[in-house]
Amino acid sequence: MNAVYIMWLREVKRFVRSKSRIVGSLGQPILFLVALGYGLGPVFQKAGQGNYLEFIAPGIIGMSIIFSAIFNGMQVIWDRQFGFLKETMVAPVSRLSIMFGRTIGGATVASAQGVLVLVIAIAAGFRPVSWIGVAPALGVMLLIALLFSALGIMVASRLKDMQGFQLIMNFLVMPLFFLSGALFPLNNVPTALLMVARFDPLSYGVDALRYFLIGTATFPLVLDGGVLIGVTAIFLALGSYFFSKIEI
Amino acid sequence: MANIIEVQDLTKTFGDFVAVKDVTFSVEEGGIFAFLGPNGAGKSTTIKMLTTLLHPTTGSIRINGHDPVADPDLVRRSFGIVFQDPSLDEDLTALENLELHGALYGVPRATLESRITELLALVELSDRRDDFVRDFSGGMKRRLEIARGLLHHPKIIFLDEPTLGLDPQTRNHLWSYVEKLNADEGITVFFTTHYMEEAERIARRIAVIDHGIIVAQGTSEELKQQTGTPTLEDAFLALTGSDIRDEAGSSTDRMRSHYQMRHGGARRS
Repeated sequence: MNAVYIMWLREVKRFVRSKSRIVGSLGQPILFLVALGYGLGPVFQKAGQGNYLEFIAPGIIGMSIIFSAIFNGMQVIWDRQFGFLKETMVAPVSRLSIMFGRTIGGATVASAQGVLVLVIAIAAGFRPVSWIGVAPALGVMLLIALLFSALGIMVASRLKDMQGFQLIMNFLVMPLFFLSGALFPLNNVPTALLMVARFDPLSYGVDALRYFLIGTATFPLVLDGGVLIGVTAIFLALGSYFFSKIEI
Repeated sequence: MANIIEVQDLTKTFGDFVAVKDVTFSVEEGGIFAFLGPNGAGKSTTIKMLTTLLHPTTGSIRINGHDPVADPDLVRRSFGIVFQDPSLDEDLTALENLELHGALYGVPRATLESRITELLALVELSDRRDDFVRDFSGGMKRRLEIARGLLHHPKIIFLDEPTLGLDPQTRNHLWSYVEKLNADEGITVFFTTHYMEEAERIARRIAVIDHGIIVAQGTSEELKQQTGTPTLEDAFLALTGSDIRDEAGSSTDRMRSHYQMRHGGARRS
């Protein structure tokens, strides 16, 4: 328990101290919100789909969380290169608790970024459909963050150096984001795309966020919740397994 | 006295590369043991197996009576380690690195604070406790790692080339501290080094490993007698030859280059 806490604390401390990382990671969501939200807004409106900024705000929150969570999970590779990973690998605590601490820490950090993006979106003119819905939305954010932190650690446990990072970004993170329906409604898309989106856990995360924040959804909420919780559990189990198998 | 480290027929292979082959040795409790060998001889691989970081291919290991494969946590509680390359979190302060270690090893809060104060004083870093490790020099990092390795009062301390890249002042300071620990607390010391005079001065027993095989064992005097040489350095060269060795960066690098070689990926160097 102590080990979980201290590993969580480490992630949080590193995040809070790295002002440039906080500011830097907000740049992209702001750009997406402003450029797409205002830029494509009129087209979206003309197509009869309503306010685009309202529509993508939950998607952009999801984006900032998935990027930050996977990036945090990939921290394992840096720790391997800078040596700190060894310190945790020879410690007399189960690797499960080290992995959990890291995952929960990474998820905390990623959710905090999601909240920051929500605040920015509100400043840009986004209004949640009800303020009461914000509370369960925070829960959804944490769940998305846990899911992708665990995925990041799972992938990073199998990689030896940062060479593979670009690969992960282009073939895992970007597709997960772009195919999730974060930027477009999944209601009228070609069946093939919908099929793909149905295999993307982020689709359900963004959908649940939309349910609580703007009151519309593609999938039933129970399905969203079920998939998020189920996939998080699977990734946590797989992540712990791969993490425990690390040899240095 | 009883042996606190017992290694029997230890072998580790990566693919078809044999890194360590049928290694057998023991270290008695309270002893100071030097494990010498040229680059790539199998020193670090052996230490990684002793410290639960790598699983042996075959052979048995007993650390403080426990098997690193079957009971890794009991083994991990028994030793402290200073790795060949740094393993601190540079984005945390000296104090935070020690607190993290204390939490991982379950050192009680009350004891932890006094031990940290004591150890930081010993390695002369008391005035830097709240500074970030990234601002430390190589020598300061080493000293902090030694303090960290001792924080949970281990029975054995592994020092993998602890004096690499340190100036003579720091080196002397470090060794006198290690000797004092050994004398006062009875901590068993297991170290590797490329500085033969260090091994000659500090170690009570020495094993020389080359190409994954132990080529000689004994006291410094015995090794010199055996090879008929005047210094340990000469004895070492007589035992291991004077060819210059190349070492892959780490066992994982070795594994990777091996993989690439077999699968026709990268050029051979």
